[in-house]
Amino acid sequence: MGKTVLLIEDEPNIIEAIRFILLRDGWTVQTHSDGETAYDAVRDTMPDVVILDVMLPGRSGFDILREIRTTDTTAHLPVLMLTAKGQVRDRELAEQIGVNRFMTKPFSNTDVLASVRELTGG
Amino acid sequence: MIPFNILVMICLVYVAGLFIVAFVAERRASAGKVSWLRSPLVYTLSLSVYCTAWTFYGAVGYAARSGLEYMAIYTGPTIVFIGWWWALRKLVRIGRTQRITSIADLISSRYGKSNALGVIVTLMAVVGTTPYIALQLQSVTLSFAVFAREGTSGWALPDLNATALWIAAGLALFTVLFGTRNLDANERHHGVVTAIALEAIVKLVALLAVGIFVVWGVAGGVGEMLTRIAESELGETQFRAGRWVGLTFLSAAAIMTLPRMFQVLVVENADEDHLATASWAFPLYLCLMSLFVLPIAVIGLTTLPDGSNPDLFVLTIPLSQGREGLAALSFLGGFSSATSMVIVAAIALSTMVSNHIVMPLWLYFGDGKTATMSGDVRKVVLTARRLSIAGVLVLGYLYYRLTGGTEALAAIGLISFTGVAQVLPALLGGIFWRGANLRGAASGLIIGFAVWAYTLFLPSFGPGAVFSADLLANGPWGISILRPQALFGVTGMDPVVHAVFWSMVLNSAAFFGVSLFGFPSPLERLQGAQFVNVFEHSRAAHSWAHGAAEAEDLLMMAQRIIGPEEAQALFQKAAERQGKMGYLPDTTPEFLEHLERELSGSVGGATAHAMVSQIVGRSSVSVEDLMAVADETAQMLEYQQKLESQSEELSRTARQLQEANEKLTELSVQKDAFLSQISHELRTPMTSIRAFSEILMDVDGLSTEEQAKYSSIIHDEAIRLTRLLDDLLDLSVLERGQVTLNEQTGNLRDLVDRAIAATASLGEAGRMRIERDRLAENVMLHTDTDRLSQVFINLIANAYKYCDADEPVLTIRARRQTGEVVLDFVDNGSGIPKKSQTIIFEKFSRLSDQSSAGGAGLGLAICREIMANLGGSIDYLPGQGGAAFRVTLPVAEAQAA
Repeated sequence: MGKTVLLIEDEPNIIEAIRFILLRDGWTVQTHSDGETAYDAVRDTMPDVVILDVMLPGRSGFDILREIRTTDTTAHLPVLMLTAKGQVRDRELAEQIGVNRFMTKPFSNTDVLASVRELTGG
Repeated sequence: MIPFNILVMICLVYVAGLFIVAFVAERRASAGKVSWLRSPLVYTLSLSVYCTAWTFYGAVGYAARSGLEYMAIYTGPTIVFIGWWWALRKLVRIGRTQRITSIADLISSRYGKSNALGVIVTLMAVVGTTPYIALQLQSVTLSFAVFAREGTSGWALPDLNATALWIAAGLALFTVLFGTRNLDANERHHGVVTAIALEAIVKLVALLAVGIFVVWGVAGGVGEMLTRIAESELGETQFRAGRWVGLTFLSAAAIMTLPRMFQVLVVENADEDHLATASWAFPLYLCLMSLFVLPIAVIGLTTLPDGSNPDLFVLTIPLSQGREGLAALSFLGGFSSATSMVIVAAIALSTMVSNHIVMPLWLYFGDGKTATMSGDVRKVVLTARRLSIAGVLVLGYLYYRLTGGTEALAAIGLISFTGVAQVLPALLGGIFWRGANLRGAASGLIIGFAVWAYTLFLPSFGPGAVFSADLLANGPWGISILRPQALFGVTGMDPVVHAVFWSMVLNSAAFFGVSLFGFPSPLERLQGAQFVNVFEHSRAAHSWAHGAAEAEDLLMMAQRIIGPEEAQALFQKAAERQGKMGYLPDTTPEFLEHLERELSGSVGGATAHAMVSQIVGRSSVSVEDLMAVADETAQMLEYQQKLESQSEELSRTARQLQEANEKLTELSVQKDAFLSQISHELRTPMTSIRAFSEILMDVDGLSTEEQAKYSSIIHDEAIRLTRLLDDLLDLSVLERGQVTLNEQTGNLRDLVDRAIAATASLGEAGRMRIERDRLAENVMLHTDTDRLSQVFINLIANAYKYCDADEPVLTIRARRQTGEVVLDFVDNGSGIPKKSQTIIFEKFSRLSDQSSAGGAGLGLAICREIMANLGGSIDYLPGQGGAAFRVTLPVAEAQAA
């Protein structure tokens, strides 16, 4: 049983692509595509790493990250943020809140996989 | 009997005496010894120019004709001097502070320094005074004639006209010599005033001597005299109240408005306190002058043969009694009265004529450059004065010749009085009423003067002279209410009272009426305030406090202007420099100058000067000072207004900049958001494309199914990208209005058919039912049918995508109304939340999850732009159950199928 990745993303094709890559590498992949309930999913799943999209229906990825960081039980979770809004401001904001890794879409599959491995110390 | 030559000799010696007195007085004055020359007594005696030959000879004649009525000529001035001394004081104060040189100058200064007004008053004064001068010439000539007629030595009757001419020439010479010796800024003539005072004594002594002779020498004592008066007809003379009031008023007005009275009363006044003495001494003088008038008249009437001229009783009674010495003295008295009046009147008139008529003309026509040299101006002014004096006397002589010397003396005097009294409303209004203005004064003066000329002056030449007998009797063109001596149908009035009444009523009415309806100019306002409030603005010439109080006042004022600390430091330093203890320096000229300079930095030079002068009282604040103050204030105001408008403009610009900035910031934020959105919309499909192409490249052993599926995803996402780019370009073209419309004629029903067909592939076919009324859709349109179908396709596609009903139904309702066709697209889903209804037409305003929507959120934005380009509109219809859109398109009636 491999480590768990929680993928919070609303674009079905991207979910499918990431899931495919991670599954092949031996990860357990859980997905969630609604922003509003995303934090609950994090808290309930307590994955080894969270992949978080920024533009989500219902709630922004930044808000979800902030809640993860400010809640004791989830504060330690490694978070990889993916965004299609390639602006420097967003990267700065994410780093300020406490993101572990920030990647811009489109991404290289290899990079995503390497980042996830790195974040879980694997 | 005194030979004519002796009589002339007496005159010459007397005049020579006057010359000497005047000369000595001038010498003493220029040497600075003016103390006794300027005593209250001399001032009071100089006022006696009021008593002319008319008073000297004419009063007796008047009494002989009309009894006690002559007293009215004295009661007027007495009332003014005793009861109205404060008004005189005000006149004197104004005269000094404003450096007034004549009554014309006073009126002109008061009403905004209007020279036109000065000219009017001057002309009125000349016209009004000319008969009076003629009167003096006549009386002197008549008195000569008396001696000639009474003469037994057989000297030939001299030519009366030549005598008058010689007298006029002699008077002109004296007046020129002493009236224009120098140009004093205050127009004071010490020599003349002293000579006038001497003449006042001579005429009083002469009249008293004749009176005493008559009472004690002829009548035989006071008791006898009273009896004879009681027996005479004079006691029974009818008392005419109208005339009494009229004459009292006239003489009261004359004492202030006669040019010669104004000259001695105001211009020649050296000290306001002299008025206090004059207020009792002058009435006393008048009282003495009138004391023996009635006795002389009664004795003359009873002892002299019938037909004797009562105007000459003063001369003829002594002569008939063989008292030649007394007659000579009496003659001298009359001569004094005449000469003093003529001299002062000529000086006053020449000042007016030269200042208000000759000088302005000379400055206007003459070479302006010479005006800068004071010596030249001086010469011009003196020449103007001398010519004016000569001119005035020539006019008097001409009037004398014209009237033929036949009028009774008193009548001529009253005509004169009435003429100059026209100045009274403007004068009193000017010094007591700030609302009086130039137009009012000019109207009053001109109307009053015209009425006077029409009702009194011109008729005085007698029927046929100026006015025909017919005009006098029936009025001009037979209009009886315009009869000169019965104006507006008022008949039975004494001609003088009639003239006084109408001229003063119309004059005052015009003055007050026009003043009330006009606004004074700024200069008039300023002068009005200066005149009316003269006691608040000025100090009496002779009293001002020196010393610490003054310095303290200055300090208080300075504190208010430059601030307490700075002011105190300034004063302390000045005190130190003067070696004085404490903080109050002496108000030396150096200190005052220094202070003025310091203050002028804050309030302007003129204001500083005016303020310091006001407190120190060294020099009165002149009108020029005040004008400068006003100018400065105006400039400051203007400057301040400029600053205000500039700062207003600046803040307006700042506001505009801020607004522009806000707009730009907003635009920039919008642009950022837009770019961010585009980036997101482009990167999302690209992410899928890249991820799956990498999988296809890198992963071995993918099933054929997987390969087909992933290839298909890449294909779809590529199409999505292309569509997004197309939409963006489309929108950009539509937004800029650069779209070229391809207008065609088509049926609405066909367009809806086409749109439904185009969207059929989108949803699961047949899952959504579309309800429509094909009949109602039968409307012919002339528009860009392709663009319109694009809108319909969008709306139908949205219904396919977003209608969340279990059995989705889209209802399309067409309706035609005036000038437009309306098409509603309503589905039975849950609709669009209220808070989002306003933003759905904005770019990238996609509301739902991306997964269920194919577009990038540009569809409705494009629809809106298309409809705007087609001249129609698209709106969201709230409250229809599901999502509801209304498309409105204008349609010409003719094109409706």
